[in-house]
Amino acid sequence: MHRYRIPARLKASFLGLLTVLLAHPALAQQSLDQKINQAVQPTADWVTGIIFFTIPLGPVSIPFVLVWLIVAATIFTLYFRFINVRAMKHGFQLVRGDYNDPDAAGEVTHFQALATALSGTVGLGNIAGVAVAVSLGGPGATFWMILAGLLGMSSKFAECTLGVKYRNEYPDGTVSGGPMYYLSKGLAEKGPGFAVLGKVLAVVFAVFCVGGAFGGGNMFQANQSFSQLVNVTGGDASWLADKGWLFGLVIAALVGMVIIGGIRGIARVTSKIVPFMGIVYVTAGLVIIFANLSAVPEAFSAILDGAFSPEGIAGGFVGVLIVGFQRAAFSNEAGVGSAAIAHSAVQTNRPVTEGIVALYEPFVDTVVVCTITALVIIITGSLDPSVDGVQLTSNAFESAISWFPWVLTLAVVLFAFSTMISWSYYGLKSWTYLFGESKGADITFKLLFLVFVVIGSSMQLGAVIGFSDAMILAMAFPNLLGVYFLLPVVKRELDEYWADLKAGRLQKTR
Amino acid sequence: METVYLLGVDGSNCSQRAVDYLIERAQHNHGKVLVVHIIEWSPYSFSTADENEKRHQRREQELDRAQKQIVGPVVEQLRAAGVDAEAIVSHGHVAQTLDRLARKHDVTSIVIGRKGASRLAQFFGSVASHIVQIVDRPVTVVP
Repeated sequence: MHRYRIPARLKASFLGLLTVLLAHPALAQQSLDQKINQAVQPTADWVTGIIFFTIPLGPVSIPFVLVWLIVAATIFTLYFRFINVRAMKHGFQLVRGDYNDPDAAGEVTHFQALATALSGTVGLGNIAGVAVAVSLGGPGATFWMILAGLLGMSSKFAECTLGVKYRNEYPDGTVSGGPMYYLSKGLAEKGPGFAVLGKVLAVVFAVFCVGGAFGGGNMFQANQSFSQLVNVTGGDASWLADKGWLFGLVIAALVGMVIIGGIRGIARVTSKIVPFMGIVYVTAGLVIIFANLSAVPEAFSAILDGAFSPEGIAGGFVGVLIVGFQRAAFSNEAGVGSAAIAHSAVQTNRPVTEGIVALYEPFVDTVVVCTITALVIIITGSLDPSVDGVQLTSNAFESAISWFPWVLTLAVVLFAFSTMISWSYYGLKSWTYLFGESKGADITFKLLFLVFVVIGSSMQLGAVIGFSDAMILAMAFPNLLGVYFLLPVVKRELDEYWADLKAGRLQKTR
Repeated sequence: METVYLLGVDGSNCSQRAVDYLIERAQHNHGKVLVVHIIEWSPYSFSTADENEKRHQRREQELDRAQKQIVGPVVEQLRAAGVDAEAIVSHGHVAQTLDRLARKHDVTSIVIGRKGASRLAQFFGSVASHIVQIVDRPVTVVP
């Protein structure tokens, strides 16, 4: 057995924080949340400020990272001649297993890779994020969210194809893939100059991905699920109201049991309950929509009117567009590169098939689930700018189904939990890419991850959301820059595959 | 035409009764036996990214273990009795995969053991009864 080696400084700061957390819970509970918040807020604000540098555009300013994401998604959509539309049917056949090789039974299927990636993306972004979008941008934000979701499908297609193509397959049979690998290996194929660029982009990506794993993949999740728990147990009067640190410790313990303790039972149960909760959520949303069917045309006209000529929204048309795009990007992570890590474990000898399957990720996440959330909020007339985040969605469902906030709370906590597990994996892959594969690096990352669970539960929403967005969206800079250079590779794979498909050279197995 | 039997085994002692039965048959008509074990697996199950990463490795281990502990001993036993035998291990839905393999190798008939008929199995249908329902060739169920 190797002994775990943790850098001394890190160990000291971790133990320090743990001491603070455990020493005087009774005495410190009033001020502890605020203390953690005060300690982290300046850093969070600083990082957010750098990453969200804005371009003035008439009366409003637009964050450059959004322009970056949407321009890329649009270019990819055109470059691959609307792959997001034309490959949908074939993508469904692939997910259904029509082309699964029987001799590869027991390997990771397209369905499994997609389901795993989806459990990392479908989550709070769909519940809380959409609420943020419509409360800031009005109903019209929904329109831009859907559009961003449709375009984002092409980004996801490109990055997931590359994720499989340039993954590392180790002698022991395990696989590792993602932007770190396609940026370094893919660009290296283009020449020595590109090799250096690829290496730099891969490292920058990995750094941001670790940040994203601590931010949006962790703190945001902990924060919003705690907020919903407080809300459902009585709001400010709740016994839990000032015990974010306690909630954080409990969640950290559970996450720790899975990622450090290797207790696969918890992960397995979660991976089965989460899709079930997703179905419950979508069904409840559809029930509310169908029960108010007469209000649907009005809701759609509110969405369309609000998209192009909003009233009373800061920044008008552009303001709404920004809010919608931002929430879609944060929810489906298209162009960010995170999902390419999850998708790359699939068994296939045609990388482009996984890209085609990945089209369904933004589709399910944004076009289907986010739209349902938005419609429920609009139809039930719950839109209230003074209520923020997951509470708005909760109020909307409550107005139609009085006991649903309890189900929603369970869903929120489970979604948050599974997203944390997924992001701990993405973060760990990036961390070990940076620091090498060793037991020490492994355990260091995992312990830090747990510390951030506690921090996230104790911070105010604004700071957490800002920091989360910043780190996750920042991953898109190195990722998409590399993908631009690798577009011809994807195109070649796609054209060869599509020709084989059209000529009937691919064997259907069912 | 050569007689080919597909023998489904699961490592339990009811499989052993099927083996004993088949040795006699195959010796008699010089048939060949495909000894098959199916590892229950669904292409639509949910897993974590960490499990997916190690899936290929784990699959190899599962195949290896089934080969060594379940299928291998039966093949040895058949060969020792002078019967031509071949091992196949695959992942999948047990009954459907046996059906697929039976077609692929165009076997003459399928031989399987049956676990005791518990009330639960009578109600839900056992693997054996499911096989009998879906395959398109003769099945011998050895009780």
